[in-house]
Amino acid sequence: MLEIRNLHANVGGKEILKGIDLSVEAGEVHAIMGPNGSGKTTLAQVLAGRVSYEVTQGKVLYQGKDLLAMKPEDRAREGVFMAFQYPVEIPGVGNAYFLKAALNAIRKHHGQPELDAMEFLNLVNDKMKLLSLDETFMKRGLNEGFSGGEKKRNEVFQMAVLEPKLAILDETDSGLDIDALRIVANGVNSMRSKERAMLVVTHYSRLLQYIIPDYVHVLAGGRIVKSGGKELAQELERTGYAGLGIEEVPMVPAPARH
Amino acid sequence: MAVTVSPTDTYLSDFDRFEKAINGSESPWIRKARRAAIERFQAIGFPTQKQDAWKHTDVRPITKIPFQADASPEGPRLPGDLIEAYTFGVLKCSQLVFINGHFAPKLSYLRWLPEGVRVRSLGEVRQMRPRELEPFLGKIAPFDKHAFTALNTAFFQDGAFVHVPKGAIVEEPIHLLYVSTSPEPPTVSYPRNLVVLEDDTQATIIESYAGLDKGVYLTNAVTEVDVGAGAVLDHYKMQRESEGAFHVSSTAIHQGRGSNVTSNSISLGGGLVRNDIDTWFRDEGSELSLNGLYLLHGQQHCDNHTFIDHAKPNCTSREVFKGILDGKSQGIFYGMILVQKDAQKTNARQTNRNLLLSKEAFADSTPGLEILADDVKCAHGSTVGQLDENAIFYLRTRGIDEDTARAMLTYAFASEIINSVKVASMRIKLDQLVLSRLPSTELLEEGL
Repeated sequence: MLEIRNLHANVGGKEILKGIDLSVEAGEVHAIMGPNGSGKTTLAQVLAGRVSYEVTQGKVLYQGKDLLAMKPEDRAREGVFMAFQYPVEIPGVGNAYFLKAALNAIRKHHGQPELDAMEFLNLVNDKMKLLSLDETFMKRGLNEGFSGGEKKRNEVFQMAVLEPKLAILDETDSGLDIDALRIVANGVNSMRSKERAMLVVTHYSRLLQYIIPDYVHVLAGGRIVKSGGKELAQELERTGYAGLGIEEVPMVPAPARH
Repeated sequence: MAVTVSPTDTYLSDFDRFEKAINGSESPWIRKARRAAIERFQAIGFPTQKQDAWKHTDVRPITKIPFQADASPEGPRLPGDLIEAYTFGVLKCSQLVFINGHFAPKLSYLRWLPEGVRVRSLGEVRQMRPRELEPFLGKIAPFDKHAFTALNTAFFQDGAFVHVPKGAIVEEPIHLLYVSTSPEPPTVSYPRNLVVLEDDTQATIIESYAGLDKGVYLTNAVTEVDVGAGAVLDHYKMQRESEGAFHVSSTAIHQGRGSNVTSNSISLGGGLVRNDIDTWFRDEGSELSLNGLYLLHGQQHCDNHTFIDHAKPNCTSREVFKGILDGKSQGIFYGMILVQKDAQKTNARQTNRNLLLSKEAFADSTPGLEILADDVKCAHGSTVGQLDENAIFYLRTRGIDEDTARAMLTYAFASEIINSVKVASMRIKLDQLVLSRLPSTELLEEGL
């Protein structure tokens, strides 16, 4: 489903990704682990289509198509979804209104009829329960004044509604207490299916105790330095990145948050 | 040899003719007020950009055109369906319509009003029962420093007079609609509104200013409002003049003890627009919510000046003005909140935010606070910025195309002001008007 070949990318003129190769098939869950500054978020943002991340070399094929040539909205309509590490707050755009617009844009793309407000609410009801979101949530501004946990739940909720083929979760565990982590992981697990692939990007193995990956890749210095099964995450848990001979580099200036 | 006549002189000689024409029918106190106003105008002349309050607004385009009052006493007769676009659909309201400044009784109607409530042509009251106006007219909107207010006071003929007697609750809005048809040669109208809410009353007043054609004309409007103790006023000004038009307005509000005023000023039209809003807390325990939205494109220029006088203790004011500027438009905000020495426990907050949609658009924001009391809570802030690229990216990653994402965020920026409009049919209309200005709003409209 996703084929990344020798991907190089710059952020602000500095090379962050230095030749990523990765192949993901439908039905698989891949974890991308790595210390701060290893390029995890850059990889996620490049796949989602952020313009300020400049791809200098390499290819990404998604369902056989050139993903990098597609606009972010076209990637989304074709089934790519990224759960943001830092979801953006957009006051004045209601959650329900936003999500309905997104869902209908995707449905339209696939020649499906658009949903009206009632049909939309029926559709999202169960998914709200899954992520323990109450009704007032839909009326609030998009992520406006949300706690960190609420924002992450909202990301997974959006994923549950938009039903992507390829879901990229960027540090979805960061800043979550154990209850919120369980809710989020439960939401993600409910989405696992033979048709859907997932890339779970994380610093810590904690999330991977709840979302059990099929494959684990360790990213360091912009390259995948080790790949293995789920046991690789457990190994990292014991030895830390230092055990693999990887130094934790200081955090690069976070690119374009708010 | 050509003789150069200064713009000020033109208005002075116009006044001499005007004074002669109306002298027979005018009360002495109004005559006196007109005289004082024109003399003041003669003394101060038109403002120049050397004056701080007019730094960003050059009024010479206005002074160069020899505007004349529309001569026909009743203005052109317009069929009702022409003004329909400027009314609020199914809104149940009383409505006074003025064409080129003249009252149009055939287009106006009053619905049931509580006993004693008067909604009239001010021109009529001025001639028939001028005493009703005397305690207020010319006493709320100061003209000593404002040439256009002075000119309105000198030349006004008509407008609306709304008087709500003690204790009366007017549930349905009162809509005052000023329509200009841009006849040739270019005309000036001087709408003059006086709204008096006695103690413990409630009313909703909507002022609309609209241009039917694309032509050039000048609207110089003054609205004076006296709000009694415990009274509640919901006031709107919706400005949709033609984009070739000039619009200068002064709104002046006196608030009595424990009163509550909301005033929303919406500017969508006009080529060169200047709005002054001045409010005075005349007694304790009152609240004011002052909101503004200016949505400009092309070559439009809109200058908003607000002044809030916290003269008395325990009053609260909330002010939010937002500008959305596209094309080569210019949006100006200047706000001053004066907290006087005795005004302890004042709570005042002022915000101005501007969104630039193009590189050539210009915004200038000058928030201001002058605090002479020591036990107060005051804050002000202003921003000028563009749409948040992170937010656009976020929306796009969910399948929303870029144009729609931009429109959505622009609409969201305006929505705080739109949502503060309590009259539902007006809010819907404003929604449509704002959306119609944004690109790619098909998806947006479906969602609303």
